[in-house]
Amino acid sequence: MDRYGELAQAIVDGDEIQVLKTVRRLLKNGADPLKVISVGLVGGMESVGYMFSKKEIFISDVIISARVMKSGIDLVRRMCKAPARRPLGKVVLGTVKGDIHDIGKNLVGIMLEIGGFLVYDLGVNVEPQQFVKAVKERNAQILAMSAQLTTTVLNMQTTIEAIKAAGMRDDVKIIIGGLAVSRRFADKIGADGYSHDASSAVCLCRRLLKIRQTGGRNRGPDLRIVKRQRRERSDT
Amino acid sequence: MDYKPVKTFSELAIKSLDDFVYGIAPHPVTAKNGMVIGGGTVYPEINFTLPPMTVNESTMPEVRRQYNEMIGGILERAKDLHAPGIIVELELLPPTTIEPKWGVEICKILRDKMYEYEEKYGLKSLLRITPNDTREIERPPFMRRGELLESIFVTFEKCAEVGADILAIETTGGKEVHDEALVTCDIRKAIFALGVLGVRDMRFMWSRIVDIAKRTDSIPGGDTACGFGNTALALAEQSMIPRVFAAVDRVATVPRTLACFEMGAVGPDKDCGYEGPYMKAITGAPIAMEGKTAACAHLSALGNIAACVCDVWSNESVQNVKLLSAPAPVAYMEQLIYDCRLLNEAAADGKEYALKMRDWLANSDSKLDPQAYILRPDVVLEISKELVKEADAFVATKKAAALAVEALKKGAAAGELELPAKEKKWLDIIGSQVDSIPDNWEELWYDLQKSLDLSKWRPEEYDLEVNAAKAVSAG
Repeated sequence: MDRYGELAQAIVDGDEIQVLKTVRRLLKNGADPLKVISVGLVGGMESVGYMFSKKEIFISDVIISARVMKSGIDLVRRMCKAPARRPLGKVVLGTVKGDIHDIGKNLVGIMLEIGGFLVYDLGVNVEPQQFVKAVKERNAQILAMSAQLTTTVLNMQTTIEAIKAAGMRDDVKIIIGGLAVSRRFADKIGADGYSHDASSAVCLCRRLLKIRQTGGRNRGPDLRIVKRQRRERSDT
Repeated sequence: MDYKPVKTFSELAIKSLDDFVYGIAPHPVTAKNGMVIGGGTVYPEINFTLPPMTVNESTMPEVRRQYNEMIGGILERAKDLHAPGIIVELELLPPTTIEPKWGVEICKILRDKMYEYEEKYGLKSLLRITPNDTREIERPPFMRRGELLESIFVTFEKCAEVGADILAIETTGGKEVHDEALVTCDIRKAIFALGVLGVRDMRFMWSRIVDIAKRTDSIPGGDTACGFGNTALALAEQSMIPRVFAAVDRVATVPRTLACFEMGAVGPDKDCGYEGPYMKAITGAPIAMEGKTAACAHLSALGNIAACVCDVWSNESVQNVKLLSAPAPVAYMEQLIYDCRLLNEAAADGKEYALKMRDWLANSDSKLDPQAYILRPDVVLEISKELVKEADAFVATKKAAALAVEALKKGAAAGELELPAKEKKWLDIIGSQVDSIPDNWEELWYDLQKSLDLSKWRPEEYDLEVNAAKAVSAG
């Protein structure tokens, strides 16, 4: 495994000390800072995302790796004044009016941020006009709504109608999720997509915005790392 | 202000494994109509909710029609199946709690029909009223003041006046911090949320609820760690967080839920509190539980074991949608009645059969999931026996987590519990986290202030002072 592979592996392991050590070594040896970020750090994170989507690790593992990745990126920026990672897109997120459930919505926010999106979380019990205002002000490409109660799901439809009335329907993709909704319901109310969990919300947003896997060279997860991780787990 | 417990539990109400069985509680609860909960019969408890619809002034006629339809179908089925009695839970939605007159009106619709069936057909029934804890609608929430809080108490009082027999609620104090703890699997924050914030909120809320019960001659049933342990359960079920975390978190909810009994609740507690067996072991109060017949509301790995020491058996909640057989609430009434009939029939043949049934229910689940393992009756008694030695709720919460970690490690080592490697890894992490928690809650509070988002909740609503906590540590 080369140094970039080692860096990606340290991200998967959530090993902050190893990440910082490897980043320093790579940069001191003249590595391209952007490649350190995109191949080593983000590449490792893509492997983490892949393993999470296969239910091989938990959201808590993902969060630890994401924190470590952030430390690595911060170090690259400090050492090289590298530009910040450009977001893949802007997402306005919230739980609809009348509904105060937010943990599922929060998980979607975490996964989208880890996946490279800039997320504006409006919280819970969000009025349709608050969504409209935020999408407009933030120039968001995606509006993501959550509902857990059967008595609040219709507020998703009301929000979509408010977006239409504001003349913004063609400018924003609308996705929904939550215990009380389904793909069929999404079709019925005219949403662009439905996601049944947090990790598939990232794929959905990528698909809607026609974004391919990144990692600098459209790499996708490093399957060598994933396989090694699986081997280690089965040895435990 | 300190809301002092009116009762303490320094020893177990159930001391022997042979006395820990479904249907029988050391302190049964007798209702006005003569129904005895925990007196030898397991009763079904049906809970139901509206199909997708908005609740407002203009839709209230349809809301009334829906509830009329549901209760009519449920009672008719219970009568036809010769149920020995049923409990009906009305779990109000946010709009029907914020506007108490709507909640009270629905409550009356149900109770009147229940009286009618008792009078005409001898079908005994009890109505449990569960207002929604709407305080968290405002963020950061006001926990001890404001209209939202008062509406909850008005709903309790007025519903009891029109015939609600049992008062219950799923309080949410501390959830602001606990939600974050779950996602990051941070047991330190979870223990602070449960053992400090949760316990304080429970004492505050239940001092008022017990007063209302006294004034209205109703039964102060109990609470549940639904917003805590069940959120963990749901996340574990989706493979978001380790199952061992959900299991440890569940045991850590015990001192928090116990707080309602310390304030005067008598049971039956709320169905979704999977920590119920610990309540029964410690307090002797009858408990409501839910498991396989609650799959209409959520999935779990506790389908059978949840029933093994229950006194009331529930479906959690089901929407009023049409199934091939009947509307879903009617179908679930039938399923609950049959579940209870089997439990009661086994017990009627003698205690040894009830114990055998209990063990079948427990053993069929306990090996396969750590959340089930910590509900095994012997494990419940072992852990509870240690917990009652702690008078301080925070220390007890920390101890509960440590005991759960220890029990799970022991179970896995003995081959009584199957734990995949990724779960074992997290069990070690959680164990280390628990070990790092100080015995003094103020020290933990000081530590956590640095990492908690204090804009999302109001420490003063829990009698916590941010600066004072810092001063304690500095001193």
